Amino acid sequence: MTATTDLSTDHSRAVADGAHSHGVVPAGSRAERKTSFDLADIPVPTGREEEWRFSPVARLQPLFDEDLGAGGVLTTVVEAPEVKVEIVGKDDPRLGTTGKPGDRTAVTAWNAAAEATVVTLPAEAVATDVTSVRVEGVTKDVTAQHLLVHAEHHAEGVVVIDHRGDATLNQTVEIVVEDGAHLTLVTVQDWADGAVHASSHRARIGRDAKLKHVVVTFGGDVVRLTPDATFTGEGGEVEMVGLYFADADQHQEHRLFVDHAVPRCKSRVTYKGALQGAGAHVVWVGDVLIQAEAEGTDTYELNRNLVLTDGARADSVPNLEIETGEIEGAGHASATGRFDDEQLFYLMARGIPEVDARRLVVRGFFAELIEQIGVASVEDRLLASIEAELEKSMSVITGVAAPAPAE
Amino acid sequence: MPTLEIRDLHVSVETKEGAKPILRGVDLTINSGETHAIMGPNGSGKSTLASALAGHPKYTVTSGTATLDGEDLLAMTVDERARAGLFLAMQYPVEVPGVSVANFLRTAKTAIDGEAPALRTWGKEVKGAMENLRIDSTFAERSVNEGFSGGEKKRHEILQMELFKPHFAILDETDSGLDVDALRVVSEGVNRAKDNTDVGVLLITHYTRILRYIKPDFVHVFVDGKIAEEGGPELAEQLEENGYDKYVGTGATMA
Repeated sequence: MTATTDLSTDHSRAVADGAHSHGVVPAGSRAERKTSFDLADIPVPTGREEEWRFSPVARLQPLFDEDLGAGGVLTTVVEAPEVKVEIVGKDDPRLGTTGKPGDRTAVTAWNAAAEATVVTLPAEAVATDVTSVRVEGVTKDVTAQHLLVHAEHHAEGVVVIDHRGDATLNQTVEIVVEDGAHLTLVTVQDWADGAVHASSHRARIGRDAKLKHVVVTFGGDVVRLTPDATFTGEGGEVEMVGLYFADADQHQEHRLFVDHAVPRCKSRVTYKGALQGAGAHVVWVGDVLIQAEAEGTDTYELNRNLVLTDGARADSVPNLEIETGEIEGAGHASATGRFDDEQLFYLMARGIPEVDARRLVVRGFFAELIEQIGVASVEDRLLASIEAELEKSMSVITGVAAPAPAE
Repeated sequence: MPTLEIRDLHVSVETKEGAKPILRGVDLTINSGETHAIMGPNGSGKSTLASALAGHPKYTVTSGTATLDGEDLLAMTVDERARAGLFLAMQYPVEVPGVSVANFLRTAKTAIDGEAPALRTWGKEVKGAMENLRIDSTFAERSVNEGFSGGEKKRHEILQMELFKPHFAILDETDSGLDVDALRVVSEGVNRAKDNTDVGVLLITHYTRILRYIKPDFVHVFVDGKIAEEGGPELAEQLEENGYDKYVGTGATMA
């Protein structure tokens, strides 16, 4: 039984105190990883590289190409009355301020996109409604896309990027949260089967600014998201929340990087996922770097995976690098577990049928996280999506329970 | 009159070394309204009897029968047994994160009764039952058993017994780990359920202490996977004085 399920929590790369040496694992330090706007600096990966070692590189191959089109997705923005939307050329000076691309898909996305959609929350404006950016896959043509969500100083608002349909999309999402601004950015990957999506989110968080970054991944063949967050002023705060549900043969990868480059900032990362079906694979990598000057940093990251059936695989790698001892707190937790049969027994012993008991447990697993999102429309949709996923899960469970599984 | 009838029950547990027999021919008949205490040393199989009757997947019935009101209990799934009127107050209640007590109680009650409880009366009933068991009203919004103390978990089990109104309740070492006050509160709950519903109770315990609060009609001494001696409440008093030495000493092999 366990042979077909591979649960791995790699703590060997996690560094929990300041006494570690960069000399031991040079490739592991995020501070030393190559970043560049130049294609030539970041070659096509083989799959053996640290940042690609869990990824299905062959399935992502089309996105490594220098020449990506632009016609594969239709992007529609419905903005709050206070919010401004523009399409600008890539030479617009507001682009490229959130850091350089850090891997091959990020650098090809940056270079291939000819224009960008810029969503601006003007200074001191409080958006009275959610701004929705709908990205609809219309053809399988390999497509590059560039979005910038810019919350000017002391602006407040919620922006939801919603991906649907079928596409082969290589995307950059730049997020700028200027001093004192509060931005909630939600990205929903609700792709049809077969979609391939790489997305580099690069966020810059100013003084006393706050970013709530929410990732929800349900659909697609391969989804690989790499949210980076960098603090540029003291008192900044980032809350990164992720929820994913992988079915048979789906690959969902979330690689986060929080760069505490300045003092007294706070980061909280909470990602939870469920997996079901043969070949379902989720990857979570959470890199946190506390630089030498980042005194008073407070950071905690957590990843939990719930494996619902045999044949699914979860990789979870928290990685904390600390270059100063003068911090408020730093910690991480990672756990991957199978569905708990004792929970199931307890609920069923109270008369609750198995299907309903499983629903209760999975809903419970996600409940706290869903409440954390704080955007009602997204929460409702999430609950509905979890229900839909669980419907599939019931048939998967029946399939696995069959006497001779084809494995 | 509903009856829980157990005949020549043999049960094994799955271990790494293979199936290991625990119960070796249990015979027991419990009628509605009766309270039977099962007492015995550690490892005698008392809790196995409780879990096997509830249908825990770890245990395999190798022979014998168990019927509830003439229906074959062993042919039922775990949830079917509960809906047929069997309740197990667990020795180690399980945490279910993210599922509130209120939601859990309502869901279970709906499943057991086959219809949702009337909204107005149900709320009152839950509130009253919680007050009786000295459970703070904030527990309704907490996750099931998560962060509960030992005593809180046991009171939550008895709360369910009172609310679900089973025909037969198995209390698996509900008294273990309780201080005197908690033991009294829990026992009052069981006695209320007995008064209100004519429930048949199978009280599994290592100690005689709880029998001062919940009066058994019958006492069974459980040794090495079967009943070694049966009697009335006076048997408990003998055990109080002499312990289990007499039973364990005579050929009872502790595996």
